[in-house]
This record gives sequence, structure tokens and C-alpha cells, in this order.
Amino acid sequence: MTAIPDRGNESFRLSQLIYDTRYRALTFQFIALVALITFIAWLMSNLFSNLADQGQDISFAFLASPAGYDINQQLIPYDSQDTHLRAAMLGILNTLLVAFLACATATVIGVIAGVLRLSKNWLISRLMAVYVEAFRNVPVLIWILIIFGVNNIIFPQPRAFRGADPDASMVLWDSIAFTNRGVYIPKPIWESGSAIVVAVFLLSIIGIFVFRRYARNLLYSTGKLLPTGRISLAIFFVPTLLAYFVLGMPIGLEKPELAGFNFQGGIQLRGSLIALWFALAIYTGAFIAENVRAGIQAVSKGQTEAAGALGLRPNRIMNLVVLPQALRIIIPPLISQYLNITKNSSLAIAVGYMDVTGTLGGITLNQTGRAMECILLLMLFYLTISLSISAIMNVYNNSVKLKER
Amino acid sequence: MSDTHSHSAAFVRHDQIPPSPPPAGETGPVKWIRENLASSVSNAIMTVIGLVAIFYLAIWALPWFTNSVWNAADIRECREIMGDARGACFAVIEERWLQLLFGFYPPESYWRLIISFFGLFLALAPILFSNLPRVLMVWTGLFPFVSVWLIWGGSFWGPAMVLAGFVVGYFIFRFASTINFVAGLAAGIVGAIIWWSFLLGPIAGVLSSIIPIELAKVESREIGGFTINFILGISSISLSLPLGILLALGRQSNLFFIKGVCVVFIEFIRGVPLITLLFVANVILAFFLPPGSNFDLMLRVIIMITLFASAYIAEVIRGGLAALPTGQYEAADALGLDYWQAIRFIILPQALKISIPGIVNIFIGLFKDTTLVSVISMFDLVGMIRGPILSSTDWSGIYWELWFFASALFFVFCYGISKYSMYLEDKLRTDHR
Repeated sequence: MTAIPDRGNESFRLSQLIYDTRYRALTFQFIALVALITFIAWLMSNLFSNLADQGQDISFAFLASPAGYDINQQLIPYDSQDTHLRAAMLGILNTLLVAFLACATATVIGVIAGVLRLSKNWLISRLMAVYVEAFRNVPVLIWILIIFGVNNIIFPQPRAFRGADPDASMVLWDSIAFTNRGVYIPKPIWESGSAIVVAVFLLSIIGIFVFRRYARNLLYSTGKLLPTGRISLAIFFVPTLLAYFVLGMPIGLEKPELAGFNFQGGIQLRGSLIALWFALAIYTGAFIAENVRAGIQAVSKGQTEAAGALGLRPNRIMNLVVLPQALRIIIPPLISQYLNITKNSSLAIAVGYMDVTGTLGGITLNQTGRAMECILLLMLFYLTISLSISAIMNVYNNSVKLKER
Repeated sequence: MSDTHSHSAAFVRHDQIPPSPPPAGETGPVKWIRENLASSVSNAIMTVIGLVAIFYLAIWALPWFTNSVWNAADIRECREIMGDARGACFAVIEERWLQLLFGFYPPESYWRLIISFFGLFLALAPILFSNLPRVLMVWTGLFPFVSVWLIWGGSFWGPAMVLAGFVVGYFIFRFASTINFVAGLAAGIVGAIIWWSFLLGPIAGVLSSIIPIELAKVESREIGGFTINFILGISSISLSLPLGILLALGRQSNLFFIKGVCVVFIEFIRGVPLITLLFVANVILAFFLPPGSNFDLMLRVIIMITLFASAYIAEVIRGGLAALPTGQYEAADALGLDYWQAIRFIILPQALKISIPGIVNIFIGLFKDTTLVSVISMFDLVGMIRGPILSSTDWSGIYWELWFFASALFFVFCYGISKYSMYLEDKLRTDHR
């Protein structure tokens, strides 16, 4: 053993704080802490003297007072006499709605475009490259405004649908109407017995997972391969359709009808929602396409060739060898794109979609003048979402991390 | 042996047959089409779908361009010229393009913006292309001050004295760093701050009374159009780079307090949308500044976008730091370098090289995001279109032409930058492959 000189007996000198590596780190951190506290104290004293000058204070009491404004897209009941807090809740739901719709659509677009960009077909891969470059290099705000313009300028007015020989007509067997007041789609009507159909549907989805597990165990224990794809498809459709028709078609559709100068019934998707949804989806889809392409290209060709040498068929090579490795690379950037969609959905304010930035950070802020409180709450909301998504991502990353010694 | 062969065989060929040309289907464009457009049935179907899509796009978009009108005073004249044909009225861009680029900047001073714009490229050139003479770096250092003076006008001595503050700080640092690098750095910073806060005003005042070099003052709110996007993008990215490096180093360090502060800052900024930070710049940042101080909106927005960008840059640089093999850190330690020496001479040069493509990507994103300032009623390119132009009586009813112009402008710049980033990635690739 090397002899460690015993320093315990030496008396502590002040210069050790800088020159002794045991203390230096602490010294610098202490200095940094003091500097930070001074800086924050300076900001706070500015804040309070500024607030005092303007006769304001910080209080969240305004959240309980009536909002007094209307919100045009209500996922939960609301009227203008409800509180600011409830208005903010509506905004949050609207944000989550558009973020969810855009994430789902962007994933579909991005995966298709990313795979097609790798296609052997020269024309298709070029077209996809044009799509990706055109959308990645133009600000999303401009795309939102362009699609908003498509809704407002190109789509006909509802009255164009009137008369014996109308200028415009509904599509898909008179069920969807594209108008400049929004897109009208049929609304499902839930009659008695519909709960059973839904329950059967959910049960059959669980059944698919159970069946796949059984098929895998069977494969591992006996080597017998079941046609999982076809059977899963059957489990997905057959019980639900059976229940639906046996119970006498309890779920109906209420189609939008032209009444006077406007459409009644059905669900109205406003132009602002459509603009935000599709602009975010197409814009982010271009980024996802690049992630997908990078992920697939990152799986080395040797993997495909080795799987082929083992005698696997092309679709099983894709499912069992390429995709599991590609997904490891694709999913983390994919999730951060979802995060970007959620954050970019705050651009709703540019087209008047009432998301949380429009209610809490927009009208509530302007009506009450409580800028500090509103923006603080707004940031907290986005921060909560971001941090929870990153937490999920960390769990995923750890679970797919290459296990090394 | 050979004799028997020549006698027994009826015919022996003595020269080689010239190679016959490949079959018609295996050469030239036919082969290319077969391989790239119709290698299988499904592939052929996709080609047909693609062609049909292009065809419809073309018959939908082409008349819009071919019937376009470039010379008209307002939209009514445009429609008269076009008659029944459907076409674009690009006359709006012909009439308003100076406004789209420069906003409400006084027309007699446009030359100042144009000089700044070209000066910017001259300043960027030695950074972007390493084969240019290094002397150009002097202009790169001077450019920020010259351009601020050119764009906002006022006395020449203000920006010049701010620059002098850096020079003063640098000389103090040179002098003091002979004792200790960190102490020298601190002394230099303190010296520069003293210069800026106490000496700058009086000296600039004296100098401008002796040698007045003045340009007409321009208020920030007069600047608009694409110029704002440019100013915000360039200034934020260049200011956020040093901040981002410090944050990344802080996050990688093992000083728990500093690490904690950096992590909280980075995660907070990355977790909120830029719009909320712009709201902060617009309405609440003023509350945190000393009473009576009057920062204009442009400066507040630059501060917030800089903070925003620095968090993202910090993450990119952290990636670069993490990508360095541990051996590099250990080798630096083994050479007896202290922390800052190791960082300056060994770690950062390599880490920054790895992170450059990422930084360029952040810049492209940031440049696009500068359009968000239109939401807080600044008249950048998007704000200019949405505000003064779409609502003017002359051009109300115009929509697509303006957005087409704006998208094209952004596309040219962003695509150009991303192509440059690819070139850089290629050039910096020093591994053997």
C-alpha cells in the first residue's frame, strides 16, 4: 500500500480554498451560488418596485372570476359565465386535441414519406424528396396561414350547396361538406346497446394481444407457426360487427344537413382547427420522414443479408430483423417531434384557434391584465407536458439500450 | 498432343468474336426506365400514380404562373388585365417588395441595410470557408458594431466605444492572465464592465462633439420585413453560441450546484414554446429590468430568442462533448493541463467540430421561428404580409402570391444553409472510410 501522507494534523489555511482541489470546487460553487442569489434578488427587487409603481400585485384570484368571453370549440360544456380557470381547462383540452390529431397524422405521413423516399422507384423517391425539402425549409407559421387560406378562400360558402343545381356538393355519399365555415363530418349517435358493442370491441383488442402471446409461446415450444396476421384481423372485425348487427345497429351516424344558410347537425371542424392540424402534420411529417429514412438506413446491409442467408422471407426480415433495430433509432427523435408538435400548437393564436395560448395566454391575459400569472401558468402547463414526455422517453431509451457488459 | 488436336478438329477459330451490343432492353434510357420506374408491377403502378399527380399539379399550378400579371397599380387593375383567365397577381410583389424586405425603413437609407447585408456575407465568409485569408476575420470582429451603427444610425462613437470596451477588457486580460488564466478572465470582464457602465457615455459624448460622425437615427419599430428575420436570426445565434457552450460545459461538469442550475435552465427553456418566451419579452420582461430603464421591443426579443437558442445549442454541444472518447479527457489530464486548458486546447476544438452540423440545424430552425414575432405585433416578413399589405385597400383579396413569395424567400435561405451544412459535414469528416 502506498503511504498516504496524513494531512489531518495540518491546520487549515485560507489559501487552501483556492489552491487545494479538495476545497476549490466548493469555493467556486459557493461563489456561483452567491452570484445567482444576488442576480435573482436583483430581478425580484426590480419586479416588486415595478409592480408597486404601477399599483399591481401578484394574485391568482382572477382564476375564480367569470371569464365573460365565449370559446368557439367546446369539448366540455362552457358558457361565458364560467370561470377563467374553466376557460383555461377548455384551452388545454383544445391544445391536447389538436396535438393528438397532428401527432397521429404526422406519424402516418412521415412513415409513408420516409419509406417511399427509400423506394427503388426514382420518380417516387424524388417526389418525396421534394416534399420533405419544401416543407422543412419554410416556417410552419406560413404553412398554417396557407392552409387557413385554403379553408377560408377556396372552400365554398355554405349557401353554395343550396338549390336544385348547387355550385358545390357534399362528398362521400352526402356525408362530408367542405365549407369556408369549416368541414362538417357525420356525428356518431350512441343509442342503447352501443355500450355493449364498444365493450366487445375493446375485448377483441385485448383478445388479439392474448392470441399473439399464445401464438408466440406455441412457436417457441413446438415450432408451429400460426397465421397471426389473418387471425388477428378476424378477431379485430368479426366479433364487433357481429355484436353490432345482432343488437340492431345501435350506433348511427348523424349526417350534417343544410338548414337555411348553414349546416346543422354533424360535427363542425372549424377552419382554424383544420389549418393547425394539417399544417403541423404535414410540416412535422417531413421531419419524421427524415428520421424514418435515417433509422432504416442505419441498419447495416449485413443484417438484411445475414437474415436472408438464414432463410427468412423478405417480410419476416423486415419484421424481425430490420424494424426492431430501426425503431430503436427512430423512436427517440419521433417522440421529440411529438413534443415539437405540442409546442408548435401554440401557434394556434395566429389563426384564432382557442387553445390554451389563446384562452389563458390570450383573452384572459388581455381582460385581466395579469400577464405575470397567466404566462407563468402557461409555461407550467407546457413544461409539465414536456417533462412527462421526456420521462417516458427516458424509460423507453433505457429499455432498448444495447445491453453491454 | 497439339498436333492431334489440329488434325481431328474440323474448324478452329483463331481470332476472338467482337462483343455484340447489348440487347435493346438492357441499355440506355430503356434500361434506366425499366430499372428505376418499372422494375415490378407495383413499382410501375406507383410511377403511374406519381405521373398523374405531377400532371394534375401542373395543370393546376401552371396557368397561375403563365397568366400572372406583373404590372398593375392595384388588385382591380390586375383582374381587368387578366380578364376571365385565372392567374397570379404578382404586381403586389413588384409594388411592395421593398416593403416586404425592409419594412418602414426610410427609403433614402436603404443603402445602409444593403451594405450591412453584404457586409454580413463578407464577415461570415472566413468562418464558413476555411480556405479564405485569415485577415478577413478582422472584418468579422468589426461587423457587429458597424452593422448596429448602420442599421440604427446615431453617432458612430457609441458602437465604437462599446467595441473599445472589448479591447480594454482584452488588454487587461492579457496583462492579468500572466498570473492566472481565470483571474485574468475575471479582471478583463470587470474592466470591460466598468468601461461600459462609467466611461463609455462621457467619452463617446466628448468624441462625438469633437468629430461628429452621424447617421440619421432609425427607430426599431421602423425596421421591418425580412430584415427583422435576418437581424433576429443572426444576432440570436451568434450571441447564443458562447452562452450555449458555457451551459453545455456546466451541464457536463461535476460541480453539482452549477450542473443543477444549467440542467434546470436548459430543461425549462426547451420545455416551453418560443411563443411564451416572446410573450415574456413583450409584456413581462420589462418588469424584471431596473425601473426607468427603457429597452425597446427588438432588444427584449433578441434577449429572449438568445436564451431560447442557447438552451438548444447547449444540448447540441453536449452531444459533441459526449461523443468525444474518454481517452481525450484522460490524455489532457495526463499532460497536466488544468480544466480550462484542457477545455480550450483539447476538448472544445473537437467537440465543436462534431457539433457544427447540429448548430447549423438549430440556426435553420431558429431562422424559421423568427416569423413568430409577428404574433407579438412586430412587422417581420409574415407580420408585414398579414398586417399592412393584406389589409390595404389596394391589395385586399390577394393571398397566395404573397405567401408564395415569403415561402420562396425562406426556402432559398434555409435550403442554402442546409446544403452548406452537408458540405461542411463532408469536409469535417476526418475518419477514414
